[in-house]
Amino acid sequence: MTGLTVRNLSYSYGSRRALDDVSFDVGPGRFAALLGPNGAGKSTLFSLLTRLFTAREGGIEIAGHDLARNPRAALARIGVVFQQPTLDLDLTVRRNLSYFAALHGLSGREAGSRIDAALERLGMAERAQERARDLNGGHRRRTEIARCLIHAPSVLLLDEPTVGLDAASRKAITDHVHDLSRDSGLTVLWATHLTDEIEDSDHLLILHHGRLLQEGLAGELRGSQGLRDHFLKQTAGPP
Amino acid sequence: MRHAFITLNAIVLREAQRFVRQRGRFVAALVRPLIWLLVFAAGFRAALGLSIAPPYQTYITYEVYIVPGLCGMILLFNGMQSSLSLVYDREMGSMRLLLTAPLPRWWLLFCRLVASTAISILQAYTFLAVAAAFGIRMPVVGYLAVLPALAVAGIMLGALGLALSSLIKQLENFAGVMNFVIFPMFFLSTALYPLWKMAESSTMLRDICAVNPFTHAVEFIRFALYGQFNGPALGWTVVAGAIFFLLAVWGYDPARGLLRRKS
Ligand SMILES: Nc1ncnc2c1ncn2[C@@H]1O[C@H](COP(=O)(O)OP(=O)(O)OP(=O)(O)O)[C@@H](O)[C@H]1O
Ligand SMILES: [Mg+2]
Repeated sequence: MTGLTVRNLSYSYGSRRALDDVSFDVGPGRFAALLGPNGAGKSTLFSLLTRLFTAREGGIEIAGHDLARNPRAALARIGVVFQQPTLDLDLTVRRNLSYFAALHGLSGREAGSRIDAALERLGMAERAQERARDLNGGHRRRTEIARCLIHAPSVLLLDEPTVGLDAASRKAITDHVHDLSRDSGLTVLWATHLTDEIEDSDHLLILHHGRLLQEGLAGELRGSQGLRDHFLKQTAGPP
Repeated sequence: MRHAFITLNAIVLREAQRFVRQRGRFVAALVRPLIWLLVFAAGFRAALGLSIAPPYQTYITYEVYIVPGLCGMILLFNGMQSSLSLVYDREMGSMRLLLTAPLPRWWLLFCRLVASTAISILQAYTFLAVAAAFGIRMPVVGYLAVLPALAVAGIMLGALGLALSSLIKQLENFAGVMNFVIFPMFFLSTALYPLWKMAESSTMLRDICAVNPFTHAVEFIRFALYGQFNGPALGWTVVAGAIFFLLAVWGYDPARGLLRRKS
């Protein structure tokens, strides 16, 4: 079984409630867009999903593994791209990827062929020997996406992966991850505050002030208006 | 099991690669103890006569006395340096990558510890080689026997750094910690003066030195450099190291939420 389930998840930073009773399901192989303005709680949700820290309330299931009870099995199924870049800028693209592969227990020839495949997939093969520092923003992001595919995860978590990129790179990466979910059956959770990254057939989750406002097929939720207008209307009111 | 060691290997390799790139750090780490050895110790040689006490079998000069303490100094500074880089990693995000690896968190922390200790040992040996070039030599067997001693002491001091890094919320607070940890630990130990010499000036000073884990790390190294085994010193060092490591594991427990930050 693949997919992602979040049940009654709440989290507070001291007295500030960042997530309030959030529940949703992302079916296996679905592309889910987590749409929310700044401060909605998207990154907080990602930290909880990757167990950087844990919540006292609620549960998370990743590809059928309960994150609290069986963290390692769950983490092994996740590929994650954090909002903040996490490349080692002084290392080459390839070294960055092989370090990550080793964190997932992959080494030697097996790691090598998986790294090649992931780089190929993201069109980064010819840059493998470049230092991460010498790459432009778009290519750095691609490297991070390639990296999160190496261990063949079944759930991809991407937190605003297009932040700071120009329109062309943004579109390329957005399309690419949509394709990944369509072709390889990967479950994707894509956080963003940009409505043009979302397709009508995506599963849409609107998060605002830590609450899940709406959940459903993007095309259906927006009705006849553009998604942008719909989103602005939804998030206009007070919490 | 195999997974755990592939990861350990990669983390040590990464630390080594980083170290090679930062040649300045290497030189700085070496210059510090050498200044002590060649300037400070030479100046005090006349003032301080050291009588014979184990592990020494003859009258020794002050330079010879402080070599183990300066090895300890390298391990201490490196332990703190690595905790500084941990705080930095946390802010830069590479810590996230490490801690989302599907391995127990204590193991991931232990890998970091081993990696930083390996670098420390390398530096300590370089220091010993330079000291030997200046004529301050140990018995040959000592250079071999000191390896496990440096490893144990390095792990203990690295674990201290790890524990501190989990208590320091921000990079800016780091300088304060350095002053409150490194300097007292170093000066209130047997690195520069033997316990009996301390006792001459104050018994309280002596007692503080006697419980300072750094003292025991230094003594363990000192005995090892002469091919001798100091059981109690090893015991103290291991116990202190275990406590520091448990503190670090507690500090990095996901339920404590250390890794949350505004981004
Ligand atoms: N370490 C922290 N301490 C206190 N409050 C925090 C912390 N991190 C986040 N917050 C608060 O929690 C709320 C949710 O933050 P979060 O980073 O999850 O939002 P986000 O949806 O990712 O926003 P953005 O689009 O800006 O990345 C915000 O109000 C934020 O100010
Ligand atoms: Mg965010």
